Amino acid sequence: MDILDILLQASFWTAAIRIASPLIFAALGELICERAGVLNLGIEGIMVVGAFAGWLTVYLGGGLWFGVAVAMLSGMAFGLVHGVLTVPFGLSQHVVGLGITLLATSLTYYCYRLALPEVTSPPKIEAFQPLEITILSDIPVIGPALFNQTPLTYLAFVLVVAVTLVLYRTPMGLALRAAGEDPAAVEAQGLSVSAIRICAVMVGSGFMAVGGAFLTMSAFNSFFFEMVNGRGWICIALVVFGSWKPGKTLLGAVLFAAFDALQIRVQQTPLGADIPYQIFLMAPYILSILALVVMSRRAQVPAALMVPFNKGER
Amino acid sequence: MRLEPIANPTWTRSLGLPAVALFATVVVASLLAMIAGAQPFSVLGLIVKGAFGSKFATLETLNRATPLIFTGLAVAVAFRAKLWNIGAEAQLYMGAVFTVVLGTGALAWPAFALLPTIAVAAMLAGAVVLLVPTFLKTRFSVDEVVTTLLLNFVVLLWVSMLLEGSLKDPMGLGWPKSARLIAEARLPRIAEGLRLHWGFGLALISALVVWVIQRRSTLGYEMRAVGLNPAAARFAGIPVNATLIKTALLSGGLAALAGFSEVAGLKGNLTLDISPGFGYTGIIVAMLALLNPLGVVVAALFVAGIFVGADSMSRAAGVPTYLADIMLALALLAMVLAIMLTKFRVRRD
Repeated sequence: MDILDILLQASFWTAAIRIASPLIFAALGELICERAGVLNLGIEGIMVVGAFAGWLTVYLGGGLWFGVAVAMLSGMAFGLVHGVLTVPFGLSQHVVGLGITLLATSLTYYCYRLALPEVTSPPKIEAFQPLEITILSDIPVIGPALFNQTPLTYLAFVLVVAVTLVLYRTPMGLALRAAGEDPAAVEAQGLSVSAIRICAVMVGSGFMAVGGAFLTMSAFNSFFFEMVNGRGWICIALVVFGSWKPGKTLLGAVLFAAFDALQIRVQQTPLGADIPYQIFLMAPYILSILALVVMSRRAQVPAALMVPFNKGER
Repeated sequence: MRLEPIANPTWTRSLGLPAVALFATVVVASLLAMIAGAQPFSVLGLIVKGAFGSKFATLETLNRATPLIFTGLAVAVAFRAKLWNIGAEAQLYMGAVFTVVLGTGALAWPAFALLPTIAVAAMLAGAVVLLVPTFLKTRFSVDEVVTTLLLNFVVLLWVSMLLEGSLKDPMGLGWPKSARLIAEARLPRIAEGLRLHWGFGLALISALVVWVIQRRSTLGYEMRAVGLNPAAARFAGIPVNATLIKTALLSGGLAALAGFSEVAGLKGNLTLDISPGFGYTGIIVAMLALLNPLGVVVAALFVAGIFVGADSMSRAAGVPTYLADIMLALALLAMVLAIMLTKFRVRRD
């Protein structure tokens, strides 16, 4: 089978959009944090928490959307810890972020072991099912890819639009962007940089957790250890790739996911059979690094990213 | 609220706050143990007993601390120059790979020549892995946090490929593992009948060497200057990029020694699970040690003790071993906060 044939398959693009969905949520969350001036390396762990919290809620009998809400709230709780430590206390965002990732991951695994002490295979839940949007889904190739997905995927795309509007069209978005560019100016307007940044980190972390929940509640239907598997770190690269803009970050996520879907399919071709499968698995990570190198030339980093703001200090 | 620097922190403040941080960690861990249905005090006692309660347990802790001293030093050296090396895991595996490549018969030399050769080759291999992100940082200003993190995944997959390919043990019954090292390539035990290898000795020597470099050499001074303020360092005539590259060589080499010591000292061959995240745990070790090389030894013993102790506690009390990771994460976060509060006062306004 030719690569071109793969690219024209509807199932290929359906898979690509599905793979992109958790990345869109989490990268959008990271973007919100970074636009306010806070690098959130807790993303990997917060995705693990979201994946577990959402899944457990449904497993214990909660509704699917209730599970998404629980995932979001649990992500926000870790975001609050991250925000308080890095914003008013100004601790190293690298160290706190990695600490949050470790704390969130180990706490999740601890709770999993306590909740399900003697399971060999993780129990399944009734996950989100694809929701076909009639007429639109009849468009060849892109129809099924875009309009025969689970509701969470639609939510991811809606959020990209919503975040763009809020960031660029509302006073709230202006204040958030200003907190990441020129915090002193925000303070001069009588707004609190600390409050804006903590809120941004909380909301962003909530999105990351929903990204994790997508894995257990839409892409798969159970919770595995190691299931986030570096997706959080890739999202950090995606934000740089998208030069801190929601639309471009979405594009990056879809391109990345398309590449990921492609490597899985090429593995099954005669050409792919001769190449060790690890090469295919490496490709997404190497691609992310290359993307960072290419985009770094014209990246517009938020000026106050990783710069703590201490009132009264000049 | 705002933060106000304290000119001369009192002794009670400097020692009391970190003590409070550790106490808080223990309290939260006890609560978590209670949720798991165990007696909190017995759980803590079991952890201490499991880590240092017998000669066997203590030696196990020292063995576990060995790779953590190396990765802790690697992180401490890099972070001091604000080179955010999160890739010690990858560098460790590079060191391990080259130990196997050279130590399984490719060089039939006597031990006194072979072991240093392998150690140097391993260090170079680890250094090269860190040079790539460092070069991308100095040349293209690509953030090294993300690149070192992503390289961890790449290197681990590469090792997996080698273990199923050219490095696979033909006698391994199909398991992805390497052949065993020849006797000359094994690090000897420190004393006859003692289950502790010279990797631990090498780790202590490395800590001392790094301490001397940081305190007594020009490079140490330059690394500190670059870490404190790159712009000022450049203005003072310090070659910032060259310093970062030298830092990367040292840091990557130290992390690779962890792989060398695990393969040549402890395991004798390479599998995909020689490191349960020693590279990442090295970050905690370095932070708890406040990036001080001698402190890294103490912190590594503490961290290794928690891991080894938690393993035996888990068997006895039925509390998941993940309690150890939670305690370390809490200790890390509480400690960085406590250290900051020893230097700054919180003021309301």
